[in-house]
Amino acid sequence: MKRTMLSGNEAIARGAFEAGVKVASAYPGTPSTEILENIARYSTIDASWAPNEKVALEVGIGASFGGGRALVAMKHVGVNVAADPLFTLSYTGVRGGLVLVTADDPELHSSQNEQDNRNYAKFAKIPMFEPSDSQEALDFTRLALEVSERFDTPVMLRTTTRISHSKSVVEPSEPAAGPSTAGCIEKNPAKFVMLPGNARKRHTVVEERLRSMEEWACHQSFNRIEVGEGKVGVITSGVSYLYAKEILPDADILKLGLVYPLPKQLIRDFASRYDTLYVIEELDPFIEEQVRALGIAVHGKDLLPICGELTPARLNKALTAKDVQNYFVPSEPLPNRPPNMCPGCPHRSIFYSLNRLKAFVTGDIGCYTLGFMEPLSAMDTCICMGASIGNATGMTKVLDPEEARRVVAVIGDSTFLHTGINGLMDMVYNKSTATVLILDNRITAMTGRQENPGSGYTLMGEETTRIDLEALCRSVGVKHVTVIDPYDIEHTRNVIKTEMQRPEVSVVIARRPCMLVKRDPVKRQPSLAVDADKCTGCRACLQLGCPAIEWQPDAGDKGKAVINPLLCCGCGLCSQMCHFDAIGVRHEG
Amino acid sequence: MKDKVTNILISGVGGQGILLASEVLSEVLMLAGYDVKKSEIHGMAQRGGSVVSHIRYGAKVFSSIIPEGQGDILLGFELLETYRYLPLLRQGAKVVANDLKILPPPVTLGREKYPENIPQKIRQAFPDTLVMDGLAVASRAGNPRTANIALLGALSTALPIETSYWHETLQKMVPERFLEVNIKAFDLGRQTAASQI
Repeated sequence: MKRTMLSGNEAIARGAFEAGVKVASAYPGTPSTEILENIARYSTIDASWAPNEKVALEVGIGASFGGGRALVAMKHVGVNVAADPLFTLSYTGVRGGLVLVTADDPELHSSQNEQDNRNYAKFAKIPMFEPSDSQEALDFTRLALEVSERFDTPVMLRTTTRISHSKSVVEPSEPAAGPSTAGCIEKNPAKFVMLPGNARKRHTVVEERLRSMEEWACHQSFNRIEVGEGKVGVITSGVSYLYAKEILPDADILKLGLVYPLPKQLIRDFASRYDTLYVIEELDPFIEEQVRALGIAVHGKDLLPICGELTPARLNKALTAKDVQNYFVPSEPLPNRPPNMCPGCPHRSIFYSLNRLKAFVTGDIGCYTLGFMEPLSAMDTCICMGASIGNATGMTKVLDPEEARRVVAVIGDSTFLHTGINGLMDMVYNKSTATVLILDNRITAMTGRQENPGSGYTLMGEETTRIDLEALCRSVGVKHVTVIDPYDIEHTRNVIKTEMQRPEVSVVIARRPCMLVKRDPVKRQPSLAVDADKCTGCRACLQLGCPAIEWQPDAGDKGKAVINPLLCCGCGLCSQMCHFDAIGVRHEG
Repeated sequence: MKDKVTNILISGVGGQGILLASEVLSEVLMLAGYDVKKSEIHGMAQRGGSVVSHIRYGAKVFSSIIPEGQGDILLGFELLETYRYLPLLRQGAKVVANDLKILPPPVTLGREKYPENIPQKIRQAFPDTLVMDGLAVASRAGNPRTANIALLGALSTALPIETSYWHETLQKMVPERFLEVNIKAFDLGRQTAASQI
């Protein structure tokens, strides 16, 4: 077929299509999100957003047990959420092939940690493929599904940000010919009911499976040797293979497509040919430790960084101890450009209010984590999806009642439905006094605006039941649920203040769609402008940290604010901040 | 030419259309028969943050990240973000810079200063520099939001690719109702750059 440029994520979606996958489920998370968005374009696959990664995997398991092929996708930390079913799925094995894509994020481009999920393969005793480019991402997705059925095991496919989001040339194939019949019920309790008596027997099956795969993997083309000058040997995989080719173009390379289980005999044979052997891998010494356990001396993390992603420059420095010689470096310090909430973001006034109210904010994962940034500076913790609510409960238990009133949990709509609701049940059940703020912008925004159970639409674009957040909170026993419009700063601040004082659980739902949601009837309003004659340079509007408001230090005596009409979408927050009535609708000319 | 890998960087502020520009560029290079790789970061970094996209092409490309100090061409959508990524370039590299300042939060808050005279500083280090007012060119084309494509037009003068590939790719990637204005912006950007060489 015709050559095409695909990202790793697009290629995985294509691979799932070609392999005849029936069901795909995921929770969005950078850098994995586009896998399901692209799968949703193939009409042969039922693609859906699950409320969280655990549910996504359980849906995939159900599809597999019904006899269909399934793919589930998540970011690295999502596998922590899905780990419970994953470890036992390893014991049951599959009926239809099942592949779990874990998209890791070395360098934490958009994550709260940089855990190396290759460790999950070893921990859960599940084979793991690791592609080096988009063509391999497609090929390995197909391969993973075949291997899953052949060895009766779930298979993991691990990408990293530079694989997920890099585009490279791919030659797609036609979908595999084969039975694409509907699933059917087939009872097999000894295999699918993991009570101790059955599970004990399945554990021995798992160990035997790994042994046979290890031997099999020594003779497969995805684990290949590339012959160079024969002086230096390199064992590598994934994106690190590309960097090894850049920096050591003459080395002999054992490129591993399957990073677990390792082909031990192949590694022994390869290693025996070289005096100098490197294991080149990002993050943990995952391959290195297993190679060392074979009694083979290698260089690895004695030279390479364990933190952050590898790059050609970092690899070169590690191997040659030489820094890059930059031709030009600016001689002055450059101002940073941190990410910021968009102009018109409904989260802005919330964090402004929390800042003014001197709240201690237990935070969560989403765009609103940017409430941490100056000048809003109103997020004090961020651990994982859903953590804000439990964290708030725990804090209030150790503070005296006056201090405890300052504790507010802030969580987005999608994150609340992901794992926040459990924390709220605990709050009610165990009589917490903290306040919960649900920022309901009607979308999963940070990952690029995906639907969720509160948005009223499915991944495939169909209308569906919208979960009623107020009713949900009330149903678990919250007596005080208030809905506010965060575009009204004064009301927002007053409501939060009142609820913080209340000595029992209360939930405030701040409802206003994300400015970037196209479907909602929220239109950009005419942009606003600062009347330079009225502006006194008091800087009150700057406290919002809106990217559309710029400061002109040389205007007037003290400087003046000016609004960038290309960025401003007329939300009106700044005009509410202005004490001098200096901000109004822009008059053309 | 096809033996050597050429390294292009596109930098700017999240939301300026860097993603579309780099998509168009890599598609064009693929159509022209090259091996191409492209890499950038999505997600959090895009929310008004500093963004850089790497595009590499040649007979065979391995790493999608450009080795530091080996950039051949930098297309900057904003002056500070052009200045910031100059250390990635080799001596004698070509720079196409959009003559636009977007003040970052530390500057709008009055805590840090936006560097002065960036175009002159770039030219001093890289004589083969073109500074173009992309917004003005895009406005002449009929829509200020096509500045990214106008700048791509300027960049195209530095690449050995026929115009037909560019038009074909824009047709494929730009929604139909915006196609005409984008092609016009591309052509105007290309002409503007050609007339300044």
